[in-house]
Amino acid sequence: MANIIVLVKQVPDTNARIVLSGDRVDLSAVKKVMSPYDEFAVETALQHRDSSGGEVTAITVGGAGADKVLKDAKAIGVDNIVRIDCDAEIDSNALQTLLAAAVSSLGADVVYCGKSAADTGAGSTGPGLAERLGWSSVSNTTSVSFGDQLSVVTPASGGNARVNVPLPAVVSCDKGNMKVRKPNVKGIMQAKKAKVEVHSADVPASTISIVSHSMPPAKPAGKSYQGGAAAAEVAQLLRDEANVI
Amino acid sequence: MSETIVIAEIVKGAVHPTTSELITAANALGSQPTVIVPCADASVADGAAQFSGSAKVIAAKSDVFSNYDAAGWAAALDAVAPAGVLITSASPQSKDLAARLAARRGISVVQDVVKIEGGNLTSPIYSGKAMQTVSLTGDAVVSVRPNVFDSSGSGGSGDVSVVDTTGNVATAVQEFMARASTRLDVAEANIIVSGGRGMGSPANFSHLEAIADTIGAAVGASRAAVDTWDEIPHSMQVGQTGKTVNPNLYIAVGISGAIQHLAGMRSSKYIVAINKDADAPIFQHADYGIVATWEEALPVLQSSLASMMS
Repeated sequence: MANIIVLVKQVPDTNARIVLSGDRVDLSAVKKVMSPYDEFAVETALQHRDSSGGEVTAITVGGAGADKVLKDAKAIGVDNIVRIDCDAEIDSNALQTLLAAAVSSLGADVVYCGKSAADTGAGSTGPGLAERLGWSSVSNTTSVSFGDQLSVVTPASGGNARVNVPLPAVVSCDKGNMKVRKPNVKGIMQAKKAKVEVHSADVPASTISIVSHSMPPAKPAGKSYQGGAAAAEVAQLLRDEANVI
Repeated sequence: MSETIVIAEIVKGAVHPTTSELITAANALGSQPTVIVPCADASVADGAAQFSGSAKVIAAKSDVFSNYDAAGWAAALDAVAPAGVLITSASPQSKDLAARLAARRGISVVQDVVKIEGGNLTSPIYSGKAMQTVSLTGDAVVSVRPNVFDSSGSGGSGDVSVVDTTGNVATAVQEFMARASTRLDVAEANIIVSGGRGMGSPANFSHLEAIADTIGAAVGASRAAVDTWDEIPHSMQVGQTGKTVNPNLYIAVGISGAIQHLAGMRSSKYIVAINKDADAPIFQHADYGIVATWEEALPVLQSSLASMMS
């Protein structure tokens, strides 16, 4: 029996166009979804439960609007859903402090999360949480096998390594060859009725604050050519002008 | 400004040139950094001592550094590094280390920095669809994207002091599985040749592979190609749900330039686009755009590059 936690985050749909309002990103018109890598984390958590028994608890940090991502996780098959109530803009230190407190109070053998969230792309949460808990961690896994310890596949210079990870551990998941299960009607009905367990949070101060958001700098117009023969000229420019060949 | 400490980027047991870019980033924060080189053999640190712009170079020597283990590396480096702003590369492994180091010190981490100005740090968010600028109050760990900052140049003193350190390693490598091909992974390569659904079939990726092998590049793919063809693995996928890359050169062939693909490669230094559709969005981001079928353009590109390389 394993006590499994999976971290999920609500992010803007990855196909959405991001717009600014003043010097801040304006997400009011953007659809929110579960961060794609978190889907792999949920799938891995459920496979772990299928293999060893036990329960999967999904945790998110956010305001009431974030309940949807928990319901989505519930519909796919997690057992319990927990939201740490915090609607403020917080830095990695504050976020990991909240998560470490929640994982300690809930108790767990393993925590799964996505390798990075689709909004920040930072990938700090998994390893940072592990350090705070004093646990081992492994990131960017493409395959996880379950036992008294985990056996994972993770990228290494020039290929991949199979690594044994003792529990407790935090595992940040990449896609690999995983196919994620989709919610069925029963799951969706259960998710509708499910109650989100809300934990109030004592949010630590952040030492990093956002100054502004901006659009990426526009690129000057490039050179354009018609017809495949131009590839010869482009190849020469890559050497003479761009100095990249 | 507080003290800065650069953690040297180690690739295949040697100091990677991007380390000198980290020194430039530290200089932009207003100080000459202490460069710490994680190594099992102190002579490795000589590779960092040649770079100018640093205050001193320390070889942090430990068997822990023989294989990557996040917890062991963070503990061993934490014991050597003074307080201040720690700077690492934003390679996948070093971002993992940056997060561990920050958490160990109870400070925050800012990942993927591409600009430092007036003490403020700018990173791409939403995979480059927007930028976020933050300010620091206090110490932090900062990871810096490769190929963005200039090299600090050579001309360092060459002096290295050696400090022994250690940490507990929890994970154990059981087996190393080398990639079947000697071709680089897109996450490691300085040049990437990528194909999209416009390539028509997975077999046609052999034309991209031939070019990649000519110029020492990796082969990538769009999500459309990965989703359509089982033969194209997700490990090749560039984009928001694949790998985010910023090589010196990105050659996109038969890729229309969906927003989620652009998000993963738009920060490449130079972009070449080959597409038969003149209206493909990829052309708006290309330094060199060729409106042609791949069947027309690739043989010409291949033979031109081959004669340049020979």
